[in-house]
Amino acid sequence: MTILGIETSCDETSAAVLRDGVLLSNITTSQLFHSQYGGVVPELASRAHQRLIVPIVEEALKKAGVNKSELDAVAAVYGPGLIGAILVGLSFGKALAMGLQIPFVGVNHMEAHILSNLIEDPKPEFPFINLTVSGGHTQLVLVKHPLDYEMLGETKDDAAGEAFDKVAKMLGIGYPGGPMVDKLAAQGDPKYVDFPRPYLDENSLEFSFSGLKTSVLYHLRKIQFDPAKQNGALVQNLCASFQASVVDVLIHKLIMAAKKYRVRDIAVAGGVAANSELRRRLLERAKKEGLRLFIPKFEYCTDNGAMVAMAGYLKMVEGRTSDLELTAEPNLELQ
Amino acid sequence: MTQRRTMTRSEDETRALARAFAAELRRGDVVALSGELGAGKTHFVKGMCEAFGVHEPVTSPTFVILNRYGGKDSTGNELLLYHLDLYRVKSLEEIYDIGYEEIFYSNGIAFVEWAEFLGELLPPRRYDVRLSFGEQEHERTIEIHSVEDKRDDASSVSRRKARA
Repeated sequence: MTILGIETSCDETSAAVLRDGVLLSNITTSQLFHSQYGGVVPELASRAHQRLIVPIVEEALKKAGVNKSELDAVAAVYGPGLIGAILVGLSFGKALAMGLQIPFVGVNHMEAHILSNLIEDPKPEFPFINLTVSGGHTQLVLVKHPLDYEMLGETKDDAAGEAFDKVAKMLGIGYPGGPMVDKLAAQGDPKYVDFPRPYLDENSLEFSFSGLKTSVLYHLRKIQFDPAKQNGALVQNLCASFQASVVDVLIHKLIMAAKKYRVRDIAVAGGVAANSELRRRLLERAKKEGLRLFIPKFEYCTDNGAMVAMAGYLKMVEGRTSDLELTAEPNLELQ
Repeated sequence: MTQRRTMTRSEDETRALARAFAAELRRGDVVALSGELGAGKTHFVKGMCEAFGVHEPVTSPTFVILNRYGGKDSTGNELLLYHLDLYRVKSLEEIYDIGYEEIFYSNGIAFVEWAEFLGELLPPRRYDVRLSFGEQEHERTIEIHSVEDKRDDASSVSRRKARA
């Protein structure tokens, strides 16, 4: 079974081809631009998706060595995300499926992130706990079967990746801030400032990073921090201290969930999974707790078509195709 | 233009102020929020959403740019609330692309964070909410201005009368 997966729910336009669960290609805006147009920063929202959807899909098919006529189904994200952006990939996917007279499969973007863990070996065994952490999401989910989930906790305000970006902005170290904070923190002292750990209630699996962001801000005001006159060591220490707080909370809740639901495997998906401190400390902790940790390759952590193709494939196997009247659902929840 | 200025001492007070302010809002209104990072714009929106009976968590739309929530108006009818965040927007063209007209001139109510990026696209009739830091850590000064459409005074007055 050969599936085309399409992702356009936020900034990234991406398409991938998967055959019988094996990935043949995965093309994203950044890759295509890097190779053909030389590092152009993609713009927000739907206009960029409209311009890119055709070349990205064509490139994904070409790289996979698959002709459109060989496709058995088309899968595309129908939410959650920015409505105008979702509509581009969803409408294109439905139209292509209709034109080729093959089934269409609507995919939940958050479900696709979880299933990015199944793209490459080694893969977690069910049930497992997955933490999706990105600029837009922080979700802790019990994954019972490939398409059966239980939401354990989400952020009540800012996503973890958003906190990274906003703190980076306050420190004047540029956007996107996540990778910059990670890099500077590596040289800093995580105990330099004891920022609060937003654990919320003792047994809560919910997250909240807005208060931490404000704590960093208060600290900067107190020390009269001026991004224009920044001191290298100070910025490194502040990055390390802030990052330590986020990583402590993420690890604490992921491990707590693993114990509560008695699973052996844990996984992390989403762009923040690339954070080196999170990976290092989580690996250490997982080993200590006797848990197996799974983190997909970076290109499957950020928004990508491969995870959508994987979700589409698993849904096809269970015969769960979608109606062509499926509409974009910007607030779609994980079910 | 009418203007109010209030000092709050905690996030809870900011939310309570927002809940009280929301009682003035009607369908078609736009609330333009401005203030530095961490000033409490999202908290203010949370409070307004609470007033309209939104049960789901109101989270920051920075990454996704636009969230929509289903609330209820004072008569119990469905009311669509738009929560827009222009923090990541780099050009007015992107705002056109998001479909701002549908959001600002709708039958629902729109809350816009980083509204200063709207420039010429700011609706002439709107509420401006400016949040700024006070002297103490948790203090915020919140200024609320009701901005009338100068070019269209007569019709906005009649609209107000029609509401009353």
